[in-house]
Amino acid sequence: MKRVILTLIFLIPNISFASGGVQLQHANNDITDKASLQQGAKLFVNYCIGCHTAKYMRYQRIGKDLGLTNEELQDNLMFSAEKVGETLDIAMDKDDAKKWFGVIPPDLSVTARSRGTDWLYTYLLSFYLDPSRPNGVNNLVFKDVGMPHVLWERQGWQKLVDHKLELVNKEDEAKAKQYRQDVRNLVNFLDYVGEPNKAARYDLGWKVILYLAIFFLFAYALKKEYWRDIH
Amino acid sequence: MTDNVVEDNSRRRFLVAATSVVGAVGAGFVAVPFLTSFSPSAKAQAAGAPIEVDISKIKEGQRLTVEWRGKPIWIVKRSEQNLQELSSLNNKLRDPHSEVISQQPDYAKNAGRSIKPEYLVLIGICTHLGCSPSYVEADNPAGNDIDPDWKGGFFCPCHGSKFDLAGRVYQSVPAPTNLVVPPYTYLSDTRLLIGATA
Amino acid sequence: MNKMLDWVDSRFPLMSLWNEHLAKYYAPKNFNFWYYFGSLALLMLVLQIVTGIFLTMNYKPDAELAFGSVEYIMRDVNYGWLIRYMHAVGASFFFVVVYLHMFRGLMYGSYRKPRELVWLIGMFIYVCLMAEAFLGYLLPWGQMSYWGAQVIISLFGAIPYVGEDLALWIRGDYVIADATLNRFFAFHVILVPLILLVLVVLHIMALHEVGSNNPDGVEIKKNKDPKTGIPVDGIPFHPYYSVKDIVGVTVFLMLFAGVIFYAPELGGYFIEANNFFPADPLKTPEHIAPLWYFTPFYAILRAIPDKLMGVIAMVAAIGILFALPWLDRSPVKSIRYKGWIYKLALTLFIISFFGLCYLGMVGPTPIKTLFAQIFSAIYFAFFLLMPIYSKLDKTKPVPERVTD
Repeated sequence: MKRVILTLIFLIPNISFASGGVQLQHANNDITDKASLQQGAKLFVNYCIGCHTAKYMRYQRIGKDLGLTNEELQDNLMFSAEKVGETLDIAMDKDDAKKWFGVIPPDLSVTARSRGTDWLYTYLLSFYLDPSRPNGVNNLVFKDVGMPHVLWERQGWQKLVDHKLELVNKEDEAKAKQYRQDVRNLVNFLDYVGEPNKAARYDLGWKVILYLAIFFLFAYALKKEYWRDIH
Repeated sequence: MTDNVVEDNSRRRFLVAATSVVGAVGAGFVAVPFLTSFSPSAKAQAAGAPIEVDISKIKEGQRLTVEWRGKPIWIVKRSEQNLQELSSLNNKLRDPHSEVISQQPDYAKNAGRSIKPEYLVLIGICTHLGCSPSYVEADNPAGNDIDPDWKGGFFCPCHGSKFDLAGRVYQSVPAPTNLVVPPYTYLSDTRLLIGATA
Repeated sequence: MNKMLDWVDSRFPLMSLWNEHLAKYYAPKNFNFWYYFGSLALLMLVLQIVTGIFLTMNYKPDAELAFGSVEYIMRDVNYGWLIRYMHAVGASFFFVVVYLHMFRGLMYGSYRKPRELVWLIGMFIYVCLMAEAFLGYLLPWGQMSYWGAQVIISLFGAIPYVGEDLALWIRGDYVIADATLNRFFAFHVILVPLILLVLVVLHIMALHEVGSNNPDGVEIKKNKDPKTGIPVDGIPFHPYYSVKDIVGVTVFLMLFAGVIFYAPELGGYFIEANNFFPADPLKTPEHIAPLWYFTPFYAILRAIPDKLMGVIAMVAAIGILFALPWLDRSPVKSIRYKGWIYKLALTLFIISFFGLCYLGMVGPTPIKTLFAQIFSAIYFAFFLLMPIYSKLDKTKPVPERVTD
């Protein structure tokens, strides 16, 4: 029986997002880790929001969920907005963006849901130098991507050797290790932004099921009681 | 046999009642998300967030109108004379001492219905049926038609309600209560925050 | 209280409705697990209507705003996420329930005389439900919404002579566009639900006219108590089956809640990841597949290497179910008394159905297409050969009374 179930599980089609044939690394992020989310939020507003938006997400909501006061929110995260009720939107001209990157940088509100966290994690780790590209870099997961390696200073440059990524300078080893953690935090934040109610969902779920379990006891006793007439 | 049936019935009745009660509690919980989905969303709340107003440019006797939560908010700078005349109107008014607590925050329950006496802050919506009254200054000739002894105030064109320069309602008009003073606070001498209490 | 009831009853047939459909509706006493799914389907219908009404209050049927309004519901509206997940997951659960309900009918011969109309009306409900799900899937205006609708509407283009014009007429534009979204919204929230409600009432009226079938396929009305005129194997639906169904509903809701709260996308089976990309008319996703409840028919469509024939086969796969009451020539109704031929045929049919369901989800390869063709052949053979094998099949004698 066990074997049958295992076989069935393997038969379940893999409908996850294509990744250019690259084995995705696991992000292993934890949306309940507030420190990680705060780090990720900081990275996001410092590096991503110059070009990307998260226009369905409000600063106020981030503050509430990440445990930040309005002052902390304004001092640390809100560089491009005035009111805490605003969304993470920017005023970059779409035509300019198209000129600079060839595409309009996508909104990142639900990217963690469309691409998946593992994809994002691997993607951000997989930039490498490629002189043939207009901005000098390419990406293993997203071939010929328009986005430059914005976070290169935190990682150090990588090059492609035999289809594998290697650091150009071996001294960057320690930096690159910290970078993995940075990316994990950033992906964690994007995961949270993708569905800010996820924590609330998990929290409400067991209460609902517990209630139903209690109701079941009464309903089952009632059914038994009536059905004594029949049997 | 008959004894058995009686016993059964009481057990049955208990179970029916217990299941119904637990089920009704559950139905109540199910109603919560649907009912709360009607209250203002985060977007509406963000749009209704407190607003800052610069009041340094208002001259005596002038009114500034701003919008907060889609409603007109009036800020009137009253003169010394306006403030002294307020008490002389008391016997013409329905609620001269702002006894109806819903109409102003505690800190505006005073003679001028304001934090600083010279600046009056009001929601410009008539308490009768929601029209926005017009501001009629004391020296406006139209004031004589409203009241022979008009000291300045607000007149609602819809049904003729009258309010003085503290937003207090006159007697024998349709509006039941004084105009509402919104929550507000001074961020500095010249900046007001409307919609929040200090 | 009683006075009030009397007052109403002398002006409206309240008591007679109550009796006819609940308190004095005599159902066979041997209903098993499979008989929960009728009331569960009714529950899902109510749930979809209620959650749908609340979603409509914040959703914007406008190509510019639709995607954003869904995210607005998911984030800014109080408990909007819960209402939306109930609706989206509810759609899949509705189909699970309906498929099990139909399979029950297939197993116990619930479509046989005198229940042909119950089955036919049920089939109309099923077709409406598919339309409803298809229309609703466009509304979030994600990539899968857009391209799914694009592919399915293009199928109309296969119809000779008028096809292209018909597809254009349905879309109201040269591609899926704002006009399409707006009319799909109107159909999804008003037209189809109204038809569904009418059909469900008809389905229940027809059922209660002839009485419920049971796992033995025995007509309980043939064996009535001479004094009372009540079938000896019948028990009043209320309270016996109402209390039993409450238990079934509770277990079902626990499963439902488990998915809503802990796996609303169910790994992409209930909510597809690609649908979190906003619709982009210039870029097709690498892999398009309908949601799981359509994939068996989608697989049949793809199995046939000709556009028109494929469409015909897909429509026929659904259409042939309507003919079921007249295809089965077995002297017995229930699988319990049918012989090995029918049992084998049904097993093959189930394997084919699941096989097609799987194949419709994954991309086509030559070997997979071959399997899809084999499964499609079995699917059709199950119905088309039924008049022959159901007659040949050696059946067991059916008892006079229902068994426990």
